[in-house]
Amino acid sequence: MLNQPTVISNQPNLALKRGARLDSLFRGSTYLTAFIVFGSVIGILITLVIGAYPALQKFGFGFLTSSAWNPVTQDFGAAVAIFGTLVTSTIALIIAVPVSFGIALFITQMAPNWLKRPIGTAVELLAAIPSIIYGMWGLFVFAPIFADNVQPWITDHFGGLPFIGVLFDGPPMGIGMFTAGLILAIMIIPFIASIMRDVFDVVPTVLKESAYGLGATTWEVVWNIVLPYTRVGVIGGIMLGLGRAMGETMAVTFVIGNAQRISPSLFMPGNTISSTLANEFTEAVGKLYTSALIELGLILFLITFVVLALAKLLLMRLEASSGQRS
Amino acid sequence: MISIYRRRRLINAINLTASVLTTLFGLFWLTWLLWTLLDHGLPWLNMDVFTKITPPPGSAGGLINAIKGSLIMTAIAVAIGTPIGILAGTYLSEFSRSSRFAPIVRFVNDILLSAPSIIIGVFIYELMVVPMGHFSAWAGSVALALIMLPVVVKTTEDMLRLVPDSMREAAAALGAPQWKVITIVVYRAARAGMLTGVMLGLARISGETAPLLFTALNNQFNSSHLNQPMANLPVVIFQFAMSPYEDWQHLAWAGALLITFTILLLNILARYVLRTRKMS
Repeated sequence: MLNQPTVISNQPNLALKRGARLDSLFRGSTYLTAFIVFGSVIGILITLVIGAYPALQKFGFGFLTSSAWNPVTQDFGAAVAIFGTLVTSTIALIIAVPVSFGIALFITQMAPNWLKRPIGTAVELLAAIPSIIYGMWGLFVFAPIFADNVQPWITDHFGGLPFIGVLFDGPPMGIGMFTAGLILAIMIIPFIASIMRDVFDVVPTVLKESAYGLGATTWEVVWNIVLPYTRVGVIGGIMLGLGRAMGETMAVTFVIGNAQRISPSLFMPGNTISSTLANEFTEAVGKLYTSALIELGLILFLITFVVLALAKLLLMRLEASSGQRS
Repeated sequence: MISIYRRRRLINAINLTASVLTTLFGLFWLTWLLWTLLDHGLPWLNMDVFTKITPPPGSAGGLINAIKGSLIMTAIAVAIGTPIGILAGTYLSEFSRSSRFAPIVRFVNDILLSAPSIIIGVFIYELMVVPMGHFSAWAGSVALALIMLPVVVKTTEDMLRLVPDSMREAAAALGAPQWKVITIVVYRAARAGMLTGVMLGLARISGETAPLLFTALNNQFNSSHLNQPMANLPVVIFQFAMSPYEDWQHLAWAGALLITFTILLLNILARYVLRTRKMS
């Protein structure tokens, strides 16, 4: 009685077992690859800390505030590079945020249907162009035109103003912090604009139509209904753009001017963390020099990590709340 | 009453005009960039570019070693990044419904997606170049693979999630084990989307310069040794563009034109594949 069923089901049992074994193999390999993704970020962090250890030990927290950068005397500080990174990405945000908002507004609320996709694609193609192309264009095409036609005019008209005048001082070279910021702005516009466009699309039509029904203009609907509803997502998109701008390397390396000093004028050359790395890493001689550069990398990684994590959290919050409401 | 009404209409008109202008502002840069590339690159894009190796300054030459190097390293990067990315994306979409590890991986993947590529370069430099003692094409390929990976993971997960559960259940009800359900049914349904992910990843790494500076470096000769430094288009463009020699700069523009239009083509193709698939 007991023997018979086992004999009959012998064949399928084997197949089942084989299936189960392959199943756990497959599941295991997907788990392993997911762990590779997780492990690589942890690996980056650990590697950077190990690489930066000699500099961390030598300079301590003073590294962050020191503006020295002297390979000969082995004295290094991150202040100039951090300053450059912050200034260029701030300029980029000041230009990119309103422009991206305008583009998202145009695509979601104004453009006729046949125009939506081509314009959306065109703007996103800006993000596909490699960083190095922006750099070449910035240095060889944009900078000369900017130096000859725009910069002298700005310096003449704004250079004499109290307080902000000093921002626009200096010889018209075309390259420098402002040019780097402007190019960064063009590069991050597609990222911010596409996130704004996506979050603007999640606003329930009922809300917008109610406002239109009360006689609101398109602008009032956007400003008073769409924007408050998507505020968290919009900020998330901006943070994402900021993260991108801070880590951008090649374009900035071309146009920043590579100067190790902090100057108040936006038209003067400077350096960012990433451009310092790109310019000096392969040529760095000596353990401490390399280590100081890696510590710069570590600082950049930590800053972008925090900014990107915040962006992600904000975007997740919008997703969750729009899920509840709809 | 009328004045308030007018003011609101005026504000509306001004802001909407501004919105149109910002869109034109965005398109303006795109047009200018592409025009610059055609203007500076097209005159120098001749057969020499595809047949001769990078020259010393002052003599004629081409970019064939750089093109070849880029193709080799990109191919290896795709070969490494695609399977890992697809499997990790599969984990996130198929095996992680009640897992606590999955949200962390998803989060970390998004960070990796936007992490500065130069940091990836420094990472691979410390991981591979320092222990090996020299720059190599392998290191360059791994760096590129790591940059491509998050793009593939994210697209794969998104695309697999679009496959309706009823298809999985139907296959499972016929007695197929889960690995068969996924590889035969789910992958097939999401094929076009997954291909898009790989193409977008490919487009992303084709122009990456910063990580290659520290890993593959450059090679002025036609080398296909994976253990040696290898010429590649982005780094050659960088070095030639920054050089004071005019013929080098011309080659840099030709290379820039080549690389950009390849990437734009890949991007448009990827969108096209996805769209035709969605419509059918």
